[in-house]
Amino acid sequence: MNLLWVVLLPLIGTLVPLLTERFGRNVCAFSVALLPAWSLILVLMHVGEIFDGEAIRQTIEWIPSMGLDLSFRLDGLSLLFLLLILGIGLLIILYARYYLSDKDSMGQFYAYLILFMSAMVGIVISNNMIQLWMFWELTSISSFLLISFWSHKPDARKGARMALTVTGTGGLALLAGLLLLGNIVGSYDLDTVLASGDLIRAHAAYPIALVLVLLGAFTKSAQFPFHFWLPHAMAAPTPVSAYLHSATMVKAGIFLLCRFYPALAGTDLWFMIVSLTGLITLLLGAYIALFKHDLKGLLAYSTISHLGLITLLLGLNSDLAAVAAVFHIINHATFKASLFMAAGIIDHETGSRDMRKLNGLMKYMPHTATLAIVAALSMAGVPLLNGFLSKEMFFAETLDQSMLGSLSWMIPLLATVGAAFSVAYSLRFIHDVFFNGEPIDLPKTPHEPPRYMKVPVEILVALCLAVGIFPAYLVGDLLHAAAFSVLANDVPMHSLSIWHGFNIPLFMSFLAMVGGITIYYNRRHLFEFQAQFNEPDAKYIFEGAVQSLIKFTQRIMATLENGSLQRYVFLMLLFTLVMSAYPLFELTQNAGSRPQLPIDGVAITAALLLIISAIATVIWHRRRFLSLIYLSVVGLIVSLAFAKFSAPDLALTQLSVEIVTIILLLLALYFLPQSTQKESSNRRLSIDLTVSALIGCVIGTICFAMLTTPLNSISDFFIANSKTGGGGTNVVNVILVDFRGFDTLGEITVLGIAALGIFKLIAKMRIYVPTRDDKGRPWTKDRHPLMLAMVSQSLLPLALLVSVYIFLRGHNLPGGGFIAGLITSVAIIQQYVANGVLWIKPRIKVDYQWLIASGILMATATGLGSWIFDKPFLSTWFDHFHLPWVGEFELASAMIFDLGVYLTVVGAVLLILANLGKLTTSERVDNKENV
Amino acid sequence: MLNTAITIATTLVCISLILNLWRLFKGPSRPDRILALDTMYINSIALIILFGIASGTALYFEAALLIAMLGFVSTAAMCKYILRGDLIE
Repeated sequence: MNLLWVVLLPLIGTLVPLLTERFGRNVCAFSVALLPAWSLILVLMHVGEIFDGEAIRQTIEWIPSMGLDLSFRLDGLSLLFLLLILGIGLLIILYARYYLSDKDSMGQFYAYLILFMSAMVGIVISNNMIQLWMFWELTSISSFLLISFWSHKPDARKGARMALTVTGTGGLALLAGLLLLGNIVGSYDLDTVLASGDLIRAHAAYPIALVLVLLGAFTKSAQFPFHFWLPHAMAAPTPVSAYLHSATMVKAGIFLLCRFYPALAGTDLWFMIVSLTGLITLLLGAYIALFKHDLKGLLAYSTISHLGLITLLLGLNSDLAAVAAVFHIINHATFKASLFMAAGIIDHETGSRDMRKLNGLMKYMPHTATLAIVAALSMAGVPLLNGFLSKEMFFAETLDQSMLGSLSWMIPLLATVGAAFSVAYSLRFIHDVFFNGEPIDLPKTPHEPPRYMKVPVEILVALCLAVGIFPAYLVGDLLHAAAFSVLANDVPMHSLSIWHGFNIPLFMSFLAMVGGITIYYNRRHLFEFQAQFNEPDAKYIFEGAVQSLIKFTQRIMATLENGSLQRYVFLMLLFTLVMSAYPLFELTQNAGSRPQLPIDGVAITAALLLIISAIATVIWHRRRFLSLIYLSVVGLIVSLAFAKFSAPDLALTQLSVEIVTIILLLLALYFLPQSTQKESSNRRLSIDLTVSALIGCVIGTICFAMLTTPLNSISDFFIANSKTGGGGTNVVNVILVDFRGFDTLGEITVLGIAALGIFKLIAKMRIYVPTRDDKGRPWTKDRHPLMLAMVSQSLLPLALLVSVYIFLRGHNLPGGGFIAGLITSVAIIQQYVANGVLWIKPRIKVDYQWLIASGILMATATGLGSWIFDKPFLSTWFDHFHLPWVGEFELASAMIFDLGVYLTVVGAVLLILANLGKLTTSERVDNKENV
Repeated sequence: MLNTAITIATTLVCISLILNLWRLFKGPSRPDRILALDTMYINSIALIILFGIASGTALYFEAALLIAMLGFVSTAAMCKYILRGDLIE
């Protein structure tokens, strides 16, 4: 069986509603149900094997080189949850068909719902912890989308944000916990982790891992103190609440507890945290639920309380308690989902969820009322219904523990109190809504819903009854299989029958019933008592916390990042100084053993020129044009130095980059002030000077030490392999297109993105265009001097020829696509300068964006091409050919790659420079006068 | 003989480079400075060619070619900037 399909089918199904939405509501709902139903059938086909105690596993290689596999496992626990997720999911699809109004986008709703369903399915059948976590996060995100489905309502937005924040934070904690577990065990494989429970529990990091995993589970399952998000998530459409907040999402935390039960449970720490959290949540939820006037609010707190009950059971460290917990998962899902749906029907048909207005609905909707009453009785734990059975087991288990020592008797007592409140709020739900006089000014006259809207409720209520009467026959096997995988060993004897004779649990049930009725009967006093407290709204507290967190981080940001570039550079250099100067103290001698080159007159001259012009650039930095000229001298001398010290490739690149940079700066300078005021104080200047001088000394020392020390650099490898492996004698170029081809591909991609970004930034930018130069003289009228135009035009073919030459020989001699691209773009820019945009427009009809794209595509395709020949990405192929007249020549796939580099460079440079230049074309006043 | 000639030529080119820089500083007008820079480009070409002859390799000639071609573009761009402010219009 293909377990992958169980999760893949719903995932594909996410797209179905978007496609079928236009064919009407029935078709849409029906088509949406198909794939999950198929998935459910796939699961059901293997029920027999699972009941025999087998677990089905499947592993699919995903990225074998990194040891990442898709790994699935279907055991009893997964089966139970899959039945809940897919079964109730299908009912919800039918229910939502009638619930959603015409104004809601049905396709969108179903798509979110099915996405959520797939994520849940993924969680329960994952056999790898990281994979499980990924699906876990997907449920957080898709539930955010579902809760905020009515995004025009502020409540929905706030509730969704709160749910996402709480469950997302928990998800991060869970990830940390899972990584820690993986680290302890040495594997992320769930089978391995679950089998090494003893190792984990004995490990020093166990408490940390346990707390982290529990944080994940408790936030998801709305356990105290993280329970506050669940009531606010009730802003979601009711089908979402019925699905997420009764049967599935909140049960994901419980699932996690069950799943990791064999690995993490059994210690005192587990008992203390899990059972006490569960107990507090149980009591708190049951108590608050009674006071909620909102129908869904009552159900939400009741859900919190029941989740607490399950958590408490799992925390008791007893096998029978775990069985009871699993049983209650089934029962709670059935009665709570049906109650939520009933609440949705009531809301839908009356227009209100306020129990102070909703009264006596028995008369108006007897059918729905009967169903809801049966479900609510099950929630209260009345005999002959499934809620009764698991509650009895729960009572029995609370009696059968002694973990709190002499205080252990408190647990059964508190459990009975919780159950009494549970009876009380169930009674309130039944009595307030369906009896208790007449409705009070409802927006709509209540009536029965459409026939099929009740079907899902009927099915679930029938299940409540059937399980309540024939428990062993209906769910015995399933429960046994699920409990088997929770406990990871033999399931203890348990009896699934209604009557166990007169015993203490029965007496506790009776007490809870009587207590509940008493509480409800005296509810007015309780309500008055509760009204004295000013109940804090979790929404405000939460928002306040978020806002103060934002303010806090903003303060940190403002201190660290105040927008002053001088300060960033200052701090960065200071830090560099500290980091690099320290090791230099250790270095006693900086001159190494390498012989120093002789000094000649040319070197001295060049050094002199370099130093003087560099200093001049700094001194006259406020006179910008002058500074730019000095900067050009610096660039020129640096290129000369590259040429002199045997780096012709670098010299060529430096020269061409130099020119492009000067043109770019000149283009920008036009829009900027020609000179700047003195802005820094003298104190500031002296500090900056000190720091930069120190940096200069440190870097100089490092350079000197590096250059004089004989080192084995990696260049020997490249020199040795360049010809044999890459087919070229120019090592620099072979490194660029072959050894480090992947880097180059990344770099040209970045270049292309940067060019597009600049293009986007300067498009339609309106900037100040000076009409006179800095001395106040008007610009010359001669826009395109004839001499310049003619010389430039005759330069173009020459420059193109040079760039072709540089490109072609690049593999073996200095040159290559990058330099050739720069030369070509400079030559074209010269045409722009000499003849203007309007002259170029009809002559060069190349779209520069397109040029960039095709360049990158060409380089990528060259890389991908090696896959066809079963070689790794970007393997080079080359061979030598002979042609008459031409002689012998070499062809290499790296040349196509280099061509891609060439095209990208040309496109990027021209896109930036030409568009920066074009900004003024339509703006200039004197242009319009002249034309 | 050739070595002597190269040494003399290199010395002269170096002196003229320094003089170029002096002119660049002195100005006084912007065209003076641009012209000084342009002359520096030309002297650099000479220097590279001389270096190539001295070491007997043609590897550096492309650098000279590029300076010749791109130096012109740079000078033209700066002149255009003085005249019109806007390079590309």
